Amino acid sequence: MNKIRFTLNHQSIELETNPSRRLLDVLRNDYQLTGPKEGCGEGECGGCGVLLDGHIVNSCCLPVGSVHGREVITIEAFSKTEQFNVLTEAFSYEGAVQCGICTPGMIIASQSLLAKNPQPNEMEIRIGLSGNLCRCTGYNMIVKAVQRAAKRGEGLW
Amino acid sequence: MKDISTSIPKVDGLEKASGAAKYVSDIHFEGMLYAKTVRSPISHGKITKIHYPKLPSGYTIIDAKDIPGKNYVHMIFEDWKIFAEETVEYIGEPIALIVGEDKTVIEEIAMAIDMEFEELPAVFDDQLSVIDYHYVKGDPHQAFKTATQVIEKSYDTGYQEQAYIEPQGFVGYLENDTKVTVIGSIQCPYYVKNALKVALDCDDHDVRVIQAAVGGAFGGKEEFPSLIACQLAIAIKKVKKPVKLVYEREEDMLVTTKRHPSKTTMKAAINQAGEITAIQAHIGIDGGAYIGLSGVVLSRALINISGAYAIPALDVSGDVYKTHTVPNGAFRGFGAPQAIFAMEMFMHHVAKTLNKDPYSYRMNYLAKQGDLTSTSGTFRDPILMTEMIDKVKQASEYDRKVECYTKETSFKGIGMSYFLHGCGFTGSGESDHIKAKVKLRKDAQDQVHILIAAVDMGQGAKTTMMKLVSHTLKIPLNQVTFAAPDTDFVTDSGPTVASRTMMIVGGLLNEAALELKATWQAKQEQVVIKDYQQPDYIEWDQETFTGDAYPAYSWGVNIVEVSVHPITYQVNIEGIWSVYDVGKAIDERIVLGQADGGIAQGVAYGYLEVMQHQSGHLKQKNMTDYIIPTAVDMAPSENYLIDNPYALGPYGAKGVGELSLVGGAPAVAMAIEMAINREVRSIPMTPEKIMELMNDE
Ligand code: FES
Ligand code: FES
Repeated sequence: MNKIRFTLNHQSIELETNPSRRLLDVLRNDYQLTGPKEGCGEGECGGCGVLLDGHIVNSCCLPVGSVHGREVITIEAFSKTEQFNVLTEAFSYEGAVQCGICTPGMIIASQSLLAKNPQPNEMEIRIGLSGNLCRCTGYNMIVKAVQRAAKRGEGLW
Repeated sequence: MKDISTSIPKVDGLEKASGAAKYVSDIHFEGMLYAKTVRSPISHGKITKIHYPKLPSGYTIIDAKDIPGKNYVHMIFEDWKIFAEETVEYIGEPIALIVGEDKTVIEEIAMAIDMEFEELPAVFDDQLSVIDYHYVKGDPHQAFKTATQVIEKSYDTGYQEQAYIEPQGFVGYLENDTKVTVIGSIQCPYYVKNALKVALDCDDHDVRVIQAAVGGAFGGKEEFPSLIACQLAIAIKKVKKPVKLVYEREEDMLVTTKRHPSKTTMKAAINQAGEITAIQAHIGIDGGAYIGLSGVVLSRALINISGAYAIPALDVSGDVYKTHTVPNGAFRGFGAPQAIFAMEMFMHHVAKTLNKDPYSYRMNYLAKQGDLTSTSGTFRDPILMTEMIDKVKQASEYDRKVECYTKETSFKGIGMSYFLHGCGFTGSGESDHIKAKVKLRKDAQDQVHILIAAVDMGQGAKTTMMKLVSHTLKIPLNQVTFAAPDTDFVTDSGPTVASRTMMIVGGLLNEAALELKATWQAKQEQVVIKDYQQPDYIEWDQETFTGDAYPAYSWGVNIVEVSVHPITYQVNIEGIWSVYDVGKAIDERIVLGQADGGIAQGVAYGYLEVMQHQSGHLKQKNMTDYIIPTAVDMAPSENYLIDNPYALGPYGAKGVGELSLVGGAPAVAMAIEMAINREVRSIPMTPEKIMELMNDE
């Protein structure tokens, strides 16, 4: 079996495993990284979102073999960043967290969006978050949180 | 001191945002096994043979024969089986659990099970009534006899799936060979505990239920989790190891309870002056294979039939029909969304039939303080609907838009719904069945612990309860602790349902806090317990449905604006405005969050969310087939709260959670009706249904 080498939360990883295993299972079961959540297992909810080379991907749809040579950041490592602090302050201020099951994915999606587009307008935010389902909030508070983060974190992205 | 409504950051926000909060699937125990459910492939039949393959070592099958106690999920009726025994009643009914270490091996065992059935006729329509209720207000008979005109219409609503983002599940373990502990995604720790006691036939101290972080519930985790917990606990007793049972999305969608599809017929007696003198209504709901909570859902639907209006005379009846489909159950609103949809549309359609302006016509019938409720109780508290309607009408430029959109088939529309929600259990439910008890404990370091069974499933109960107690005791928030309920420590304050948590449980907690404050002794351990007492004024006759069905009502107005694509008939939500009277918000931002999320579910119920079955097979089984709104589907909403403190609620608070859902569907349906200039009597109003209406001409 070939080894899969990638960077996971800033650490170099060498993994001998079936390359078709879902990245989500590898993260949750092999590395106890339970921040990414399984809401649907089929790429619809975004709850399992992680950053792959800085962009959000649904780890439930990604065979671990395909991250070979790339960088994976989960919410566990992202939560140590200044960007995370700005985003969570905004999520808290706007009331964007209810049950919280979608929140790590929403934060990762927001980071992915702001990294590409630091000053998104409302529609761009809605589109940027449209791969992430939230059943609790109705989204408005999340959209406002991203707007607030973009403003308060100016220069960070 | 700040007004209690002033928002504070949610106490569990960071824990959830950083991914640190532990939901069931994040909890792991050493040596833990996994479980999978074996299910019925047919809608109705006799089980003639079940042959299990020879099991590899470490793998176990658990079925009805392993149940130490009774084979039903303790709820109201003794009908809902833990594992099917002689017959199966719906596709997906659980027959057995396979437990073991490796999920792939479990799958192989599942495939190798040989089951045979003798199929029986399956029923999917309204021929088997298992519960029927009837009540009367005033003299509807006389009104219909003297009516100059009778207007009759029928309405129907479809399934709605809770679609919480975290599927259902439990993990559990055995202690000292006897005590089973289950940790679950639940709304009602004591419902689960009581069900376990019956299933395991064991003592109170031999079962323990702990709430994990709950990733959304919306009623879906009210009664259904008791079923999984019973199965899992039986398995744990047999294998004597920790076991985890978490549903995947598809299983969750196919086998868990949903909102009851309904059919309602409404008949109005109209007098010479064009006034409604009586309404006769019948609501039929599809209960699915087992009754579960369907009777209670039906009663809330029936009581809600006159919505926010005071109609002089009513003749109301309803049935729960048994069908060979997955049992339906609790979903935010609990029967009210179906009834409010029918009533709002009917009032609108009556006005139109009489060539009157629907909006002022409906306004005339709005209940006022002192009026009789549908069940001949009294609306005792002030009702501020006129003021509330003005507020959202102005914010949405309602009048201008109505004028503009009704001119021709503009494919634009705006709709407005009026509604109320009775807070807490119906009738004497709180005092006869629930008997809430709350406990506050102050330890020797003066830290105050909230010991209640109320669950934070996202609605913010953890934050608002802590805030309430700290506010009343005038101590900092961090001097108050509220851990997730664990039945070994918390009293039974009742289930987290029926918009009762703040009004009833919070009310008791506030009393406890006041007593603690009055008797406070620094550095001394103190305990205060409070029991629910029904307000003296409540009189309720469950047999005849007469009296005060609820101690208090929350009120709301929703306005929804849509555009409909003239070719594809795709509905686009252009704007949402809402206003609520929840008495007093214990935390404004949290209540507004409930408003925003509730209305999204309510509006989507009206136009977007489709679930159907074909001969008992659900056609939508995952998030790709069952569409819930994304951020792009929802329009920005403007939500307002007005204060109208309720004397018996803590700081004046009434119920919040369900209210915000019930008005969404009629508002969006009326908007679509205006946009396409056709009568809308069915939800969800999908493009296919719009096309049918457009072609009907
Ligand atoms: S779990 Fe991966 S997208 Fe839903
Ligand atoms: S906060 Fe519950 S799903 Fe988004």
